[in-house]
Amino acid sequence: MRYIEQETVVRRMNGRMIINRLFQGLFLFATLLALLALVILLYRIVTQGAGHLSLDFLSNFASRFPEKAGIKAALVGSIWLMAVVAPTSIILGVGSAIYLEEYAKKGRITTFIQMNISNLAGVPSVVFGLLGLTIFVRALALGNSILAAGFTMSLLILPVIIVAAQEAIRSVPGELRDASYGMGATKWQTIVRIILPAAIPGILTGSILALSRAIGETAPLIVIGVPVIIQFLPAGVMDTFTALPMQIYDWSSRPQAEFQTVAAAGIIVLMAVLLFMNSIAVIIRNKFDKSY
Amino acid sequence: MNTATIKTNINTAQPAAETAQQVEKDSVYSTRQLNLWYGNNHALKNVDLEIGENEVTAIIGPSGCGKSTYLKTLNRMVELVPSVKTSGEIQYRGRNIFDSDYSVEELRTRVGMVFQKPNPFPKSIYDNIAYGPRIHGIKNRKILDEIVEKSLRGAAIWDEVKDRLNENAYGISGGQQQRICIARALAIEPDVILMDEPTSALDPISTLKVEELVQELKEQYSIIIVTHNMQQAARISDKTAFFLNGEVIEYDSTDAIFSNPADKRTEDYISGRFG
Amino acid sequence: MRTSVQDMIAQSKGKKNKKFIEKLIPVILFLIASVSVLTTIGIVMTLIIETITFFTRVPITDFLLGTTWLPFSNKEAQFGIWPLIVGTLKVTAIAILVAVPIGLSAAIYLSEYATDNVRRVIKPVLEVLAGVPTIVYGFFALTFVTPVLQSLFPEIKIFNAISPGIVVGIMIIPMIASLSEDAMSSVPKSIRDGALAMGSTKFEVAMKITVPAALSGIIASVVLGISRAIGETMIVSLAAGSTPKFDGDFAGSIQTMTAYIVQVSKGDAGYGTTIYYSIYAVGFTLFLFTMAMNILAGYMSKRFREEY
Repeated sequence: MRYIEQETVVRRMNGRMIINRLFQGLFLFATLLALLALVILLYRIVTQGAGHLSLDFLSNFASRFPEKAGIKAALVGSIWLMAVVAPTSIILGVGSAIYLEEYAKKGRITTFIQMNISNLAGVPSVVFGLLGLTIFVRALALGNSILAAGFTMSLLILPVIIVAAQEAIRSVPGELRDASYGMGATKWQTIVRIILPAAIPGILTGSILALSRAIGETAPLIVIGVPVIIQFLPAGVMDTFTALPMQIYDWSSRPQAEFQTVAAAGIIVLMAVLLFMNSIAVIIRNKFDKSY
Repeated sequence: MNTATIKTNINTAQPAAETAQQVEKDSVYSTRQLNLWYGNNHALKNVDLEIGENEVTAIIGPSGCGKSTYLKTLNRMVELVPSVKTSGEIQYRGRNIFDSDYSVEELRTRVGMVFQKPNPFPKSIYDNIAYGPRIHGIKNRKILDEIVEKSLRGAAIWDEVKDRLNENAYGISGGQQQRICIARALAIEPDVILMDEPTSALDPISTLKVEELVQELKEQYSIIIVTHNMQQAARISDKTAFFLNGEVIEYDSTDAIFSNPADKRTEDYISGRFG
Repeated sequence: MRTSVQDMIAQSKGKKNKKFIEKLIPVILFLIASVSVLTTIGIVMTLIIETITFFTRVPITDFLLGTTWLPFSNKEAQFGIWPLIVGTLKVTAIAILVAVPIGLSAAIYLSEYATDNVRRVIKPVLEVLAGVPTIVYGFFALTFVTPVLQSLFPEIKIFNAISPGIVVGIMIIPMIASLSEDAMSSVPKSIRDGALAMGSTKFEVAMKITVPAALSGIIASVVLGISRAIGETMIVSLAAGSTPKFDGDFAGSIQTMTAYIVQVSKGDAGYGTTIYYSIYAVGFTLFLFTMAMNILAGYMSKRFREEY
């Protein structure tokens, strides 16, 4: 007596294979839908904004008249902002990662810091804005300066940089550490001369991706009161400023349809900056592709 | 019953005989009643060993017997593993290496190490060799040049790499990498060189080169080599210690160990009955 | 020359410095590492203190139980949080309806069906999608998705919950797809091979083996997606409007918690006014919502990791 009838199995097999095909198609379709969204988004923005792009757009200040509106103050402001965010967040992030990976003893405190970092990564950016408003803008009286905004953004992207740097440090083979310690090197010498150089590609790639998140963030800037219409360039970190996403937000929320074109042009500039930063990250990743 | 008598023999009579033999030669390391635990795992048990100057001492035994652990204890690298505890003492040139005022960096500056897998730094060959001198404060380029050349010659690899000193050390073969690592250890002119199965990742020809090198190096250095390859121990060492389950079963001249082992377990191991 | 290098080492200066540095560095690094903890403390303290101030002016029961949010009213301002929560949940619900089917389909496709080449194309595209700033998505929602929806369903207003909901969904697709795919890919190949060897189709393997085995990881990804949707600010600020409503209307203007914070920050609600403090109370509520989601997601993914 046989429990399994080969014929029944074969008969059913056809149906099962059709279902398999069907769902494969469905899954692929859904995946392509996501890609389609990206294509439409990019296409729309380029077709809307390309017409307004010009050298004047880059070199003009904001204006009440759409045709005269330019992005100079925002572009320069964003660069200023990055000049504060990049060193602050990278020093804090890499320092924390070194501490957690190389010095901290595995125990409650380390687990706590680690848990805290992953929770911090999930805090909405607008809440970081409230932190910046209370601590940097008011308590430390930095006002709505580049420094206040820069510190706020640094804290916002800090978890991302810490995690990226930790991964980069962890991927340095233990044998290299052993070799260095075996030569009588101290811990700090080993970190500075062996571990960090080997981890730098990963650290840089992660940091650039984190910075490109910071350059596109809007909500914290609004909350700490970064203005939009600015007719001058900042001269120092204590000056007030505006940034690309702030400017785009302002243009997008204006009722006149012409300003939507201006906003789209601003988005193209922002996306170009992001593309530039990401290509640097890719180049670094490829150039330093693991030699060990 | 048999084993029990032998065991007492090892723990008492053997080291005594050893010390007697050692009178004419200085000992570099003398280990007394060394015990080591990884957490609750008792990895080394009452180890007593005297290691002679300008000799090659081989440490053999099946995997997990504690031979690598013992080697790593000699320069305290074993302490990089969390939860390691030790008791007993290891005298290096008359000083207990576990003394609180003996810095591990100082110890490791005197005692070089070569690892199982070639582990050059992802830097140029030159920077690999100059690493040790540099971290210890030697910055003069001319002196560094001299040290690099001398060390590479010492490791018998100068002729192969002298034109590519600025190339990444990962660009050369595994056997060459291992000799670069030996040269790197030589660069600070250590007193002792510890080798942890240095040829286990190498092909036979590279292995032969490293073995020849060990023979040359013993003129100037005391070498302690861990190996799972008994033929290798027989070929290159003067003394051999056989470890089993964290204990030293037998320690004698290599000739004696391989031709006339005193312990049944040593005999079983070297005749390939286990391991 | 035998001892010369060792001699030079012995003579080299800086031994004392070295010891000092070795002691100092861990202290400095510990201080740096504590910045992240201080940030959390700062956020929690800031929110709590300013929220307490808010509650000295507006009774906590009004805030928690009230169903009218009328902060700018000249006659009698009302601060019942529920309209903002309802607005947030409307957008989140639509976002999840969009993102979960698409994100999970993409994850299953990538982990079970796609060849390496296909994966190499799709994954970077998803990364790009994840890297698009939210302000850009907001612009897209307002100037493209809303008009398209309006041409299909004329009853939809210019500000509504549906358009930003869809776009928030698009925004979190990459997150759900990549985290779920990670969970599915870490189901051991041997289990999958076992099922395939018995004659299962790939679809059966996905549904009966991979998805059940990776379920807690998949749930974690969805929960994180919800958390992101709740905290999303710019898309809703641009496209959802600023009408806090306690009802089931999706077609007209609403307001979310995040959008309210932005609305107040943009305007000139002077420092020290009740409205100023209200953004902290709303922010605190928002923080609690996302924190609960993050802790839940962390718990789910930890459970998942323990299984393998």
